[in-house]
Amino acid sequence: MMVIREAFSAFRRAPLLSVLGVVTIAFSLFAFGLFGLVAVNIRDALQTIENRVEIRAFIADGTPVEASSAAMGDIHAFPEVLSVTYVSQDDAYARARKELGEFSDVFEPGVLPASLDIKLKPGYRDPTTVQAVANRLKSYDFVDDVRYGEDWVAKLYRLRTIATLVGTGLGVAFAAVAVIIIGATIRIMVMARAREIEIMRLVGATNGFIRMPFVLEGFIQGVMGGLLALGLTWATSTAISHSFMRTEFFDPALATAGVIGGAVIGLLGSTFAVGRQLRRL
Amino acid sequence: MSLVRFLNVAKEYPRGGVALSHASFQLHKGEFAFLTGPSGSGKSTILKLIYMEERPTAGDVWVSGVSARDASRKEVSMVRRHLGIVFQDFRLLEDRSAEANIAFALEVTGTPADMIRQRVGRVLTQVGLASKGTALPRELSGGEQQRIAIARALVNDPFVLIADEPTGNLDERATRGVFQLLRDINTAGTAVIMATHDLDLIRRTEYRTIELNHGRLVYDSAEAPPVEKAPSAVSPSHHDENPI
Repeated sequence: MMVIREAFSAFRRAPLLSVLGVVTIAFSLFAFGLFGLVAVNIRDALQTIENRVEIRAFIADGTPVEASSAAMGDIHAFPEVLSVTYVSQDDAYARARKELGEFSDVFEPGVLPASLDIKLKPGYRDPTTVQAVANRLKSYDFVDDVRYGEDWVAKLYRLRTIATLVGTGLGVAFAAVAVIIIGATIRIMVMARAREIEIMRLVGATNGFIRMPFVLEGFIQGVMGGLLALGLTWATSTAISHSFMRTEFFDPALATAGVIGGAVIGLLGSTFAVGRQLRRL
Repeated sequence: MSLVRFLNVAKEYPRGGVALSHASFQLHKGEFAFLTGPSGSGKSTILKLIYMEERPTAGDVWVSGVSARDASRKEVSMVRRHLGIVFQDFRLLEDRSAEANIAFALEVTGTPADMIRQRVGRVLTQVGLASKGTALPRELSGGEQQRIAIARALVNDPFVLIADEPTGNLDERATRGVFQLLRDINTAGTAVIMATHDLDLIRRTEYRTIELNHGRLVYDSAEAPPVEKAPSAVSPSHHDENPI
């Protein structure tokens, strides 16, 4: 009971210091949140492009529809395959006309071959897997040729790898800076109450008992800072969407993780700062 | 009965040299003892060893039977609940009332609220400040602040009250008042060990006097004959046995 009362009374006794703590946590997490927003939107953009990775197996002229239909079942059973679509010669012609626009007259009907258009499951769109599936498709007698845009898939995969590495590196750096700034602020707050800690020890409070109000206070500040950071990030995202370009915001799970992250940083920061202070006294 | 026992105690700091060496003495139930000597002679070190803020480098200190060398952190906390500690600079929490400062010592030991109210009222009366419970420390004089600090030390009914230069920041009138309060506390049965530079205070009473110089216990009025009397401080009239 005293622990809870002490944790809340710290906000009343030193409001400026408490606000400083919440604002520091909020702005540190906000900076991290903005980075996260950029990372999420780049990831989504790459995901959209990646969804277009497709293998097209062209079917030899004169192949009976039954033969290709039977193969479709086999191909669909490949662990990497998400969907298989049969595109007849007429469908291919219609699609070409649509895609070529003003040059739609280039092809005559019946010139383009029928094909099986194969989409792969997420996680199987890297160059090696795509090539392996393509090679397996080539082994069918009725398959004349297989195309999947090797260069394009390789470039996309490289881009995704670079984005992941840079994103992780920057994310860790942003998170480390946030933790250092928050940790330093919490330490200042704990040091400001060094006398209180000292008196608690001298009158026989156990270290665990002394820690509790500070840990709870750090947790509360972390949650408040996390919520404030989430609000600021959402406001920024909305402003960009309205005035510049459409952006995706964090999904609820990621947003909750952000607030929990703030709470954990606040909690651990306080725990370490009080522990350090207790060792010093 | 021995409440505090020092046996061949030495305390050395890694960078601060020898603070205490070969110190042996006992403090008994209901005793009043002055601890005197020049600055840096080891008075505060002895007090810190009693409330286990420091651990001995050699020898051992027993407080209420608990060895300072072996005590766990939890045991140290439990020992401190039976000690009252008073400092020259009062060490009150400036943002809390006198009552809250005293209650704080009980709250951290998990005492129920109604008992806290009762005991805080009792010690405020005991130190003569029953009407100043709601005052903040800055609204009180130095002497009154020290009385609040003493009340905080008393509220747990300690068996030893440790006072480190409790009158060092006070004028003569306040010094007399605070010292009388410590005597009354002692008369009521609590042992008191008080570090002081104030030779007038020591001369005015016949309490036991332990004198330190350069970290060595050079004189103890409870011992006969006295050990290696220092040339400085205390007059021979203080060789008397503790009257309490």
